[in-house]
Amino acid sequence: MQANDANRVRRELLIKIVREFMQGNLAEKIDRIPYELRPRDGQSSRCCVFKDRAVIKYRLMAILGIGVENETDEAKPLSEYLQDALDRELPDEDILSVLDVACSHCITSRYLITNACRGCFARPCTFNCPKKAIAVVNGQARINYDLCIDCGKCTQVCPYHAIIRVPIPCEEACPVNAIRRDEETDRQYIDFKACISCGKCMTACPFAAILERSQIIDVLKLIKAGRKVIAMVAPAIVGQFAGKLGQIAAALHHAGFARMEEVAYGAEMTTTHETEEFLERMKKGDHIMTTSCCPAYVEAVKLHVPELLPFVSDTPSPMRYTAEAVKKQDPDAFTVFIGPCVAKRKEAVADQNTDYVMTFEELGAMFAAMQIDVSSQEALPLDRDVKGYARGFATSCGVSAAILEELHQSHPEIEMPEINKQFINGLDHKTVKQLALYGRGKLPGNFLEVMACEGGCVGGPCAIGKVTLATAAVKKAAAGEV
Amino acid sequence: MDKIKVEICVGTTCFILGASELQELERFLPEGLRDKVDITGATCLGMCKDDNYGQAPFVRVGNRIVSNASISSVIEQIEEQLKHR
Repeated sequence: MQANDANRVRRELLIKIVREFMQGNLAEKIDRIPYELRPRDGQSSRCCVFKDRAVIKYRLMAILGIGVENETDEAKPLSEYLQDALDRELPDEDILSVLDVACSHCITSRYLITNACRGCFARPCTFNCPKKAIAVVNGQARINYDLCIDCGKCTQVCPYHAIIRVPIPCEEACPVNAIRRDEETDRQYIDFKACISCGKCMTACPFAAILERSQIIDVLKLIKAGRKVIAMVAPAIVGQFAGKLGQIAAALHHAGFARMEEVAYGAEMTTTHETEEFLERMKKGDHIMTTSCCPAYVEAVKLHVPELLPFVSDTPSPMRYTAEAVKKQDPDAFTVFIGPCVAKRKEAVADQNTDYVMTFEELGAMFAAMQIDVSSQEALPLDRDVKGYARGFATSCGVSAAILEELHQSHPEIEMPEINKQFINGLDHKTVKQLALYGRGKLPGNFLEVMACEGGCVGGPCAIGKVTLATAAVKKAAAGEV
Repeated sequence: MDKIKVEICVGTTCFILGASELQELERFLPEGLRDKVDITGATCLGMCKDDNYGQAPFVRVGNRIVSNASISSVIEQIEEQLKHR
């Protein structure tokens, strides 16, 4: 994830919350945090420290797992929200919220003529505008926004590239148009009937106005009470911390988890099952099968691409297989999936075996708050001998690579249907349209791997490590070096 | 002349508060500095204790600590030390 102030503030808040909670001071300290971070004589990042404090309060609510839109009493202190969080048995089903006080209400006029305009002689902008919305005034082109229909013709024809498109970042990032402006209230909102919980709006918003409801308090509560909590770490974890997998296992143990289970273990089962399923489906005459491990992608197909739905693999995701195995072995334990993903929270609500979901960012904050340094841990031996390809699930094309290897290993004797694999590396407006074409058989390929995040899970919205370096680390792990 | 030692703290606190970005320092070093520094990762430098984590990430350049380190502030510090040699 990109380094910026918003991420930094969120991580600092997480560290503070964990530290105070583990020391038993959170109820007493939490209402002071906004004041400590933004003292009266200090610097503000918005208009003034008072607004900063208000925004911080809402951020803390989100960290407590409370949806800011559920606020009914503005004067309710954070300590009471903390009590609500500690009293709840199950996390919320909706995951993202728009924080209106932080939202900048980005301008809706999307085209802007910059100073690079030289008021040229040819004036292609005025000629090509279908609504005659551009005129040259005082030597510079001007857009009459009452007439402009946002078609963008002018940007294409300007020889100086002087006309730019100013996007609304969250709307631009949402692959399925689930975030938009309510015309009546002029507020940005998420339509949960369309939202696929990919988290792209959250990372795209430069005002950090989109919040994710955390479950970190729920997990900390269990740990502090001495319950058996098992950390199921996504394959993307290698490369997220400066340390080897065995060192991460040791760090998790110090943090209070009973043990670490690699979700790559479930990825092995997903691979075996999905390989069989692929062979069956090809025999049955299906023209294509597509992967089921990325929850944001599967949700996108369910809600927006009915043509492709029959071809989505029925194979459970690595998280589900792992959680099932853990619960079978340890029915009383609590399972926490730890990954880079927002959408897994949604998937986990539907999976009775996965109790909670945490992000790499939250785990990092937990380590930092508990002063557990991953890189200086003595590595624990890994419990399971996981196949390399299963550890490669976290990068784009990793799933196909695994299936190919499995086909090769498990069925060397049978004649393979020729596998023509296709990849969609990251969902956006354009690739979502492509999905429908795959469903209707208008595009070549019989195996379609789709990851909602560019680069695969390593590029997830809640990852810590740089995508390039994390990808290299996952590839190394897939090659057997952990 | 000895190379200036640049140690990027990869302790967990520094790592999540920005040191993961600093791993790319080498890529952004100006041509003239490349053979004058020796960049390594360091296990926790111990600077983040005592509630001081707000200043992370930390990088040690020679014998000076750069707090709130960014690629540009580290390069600045390297140049500063080269000037005084």
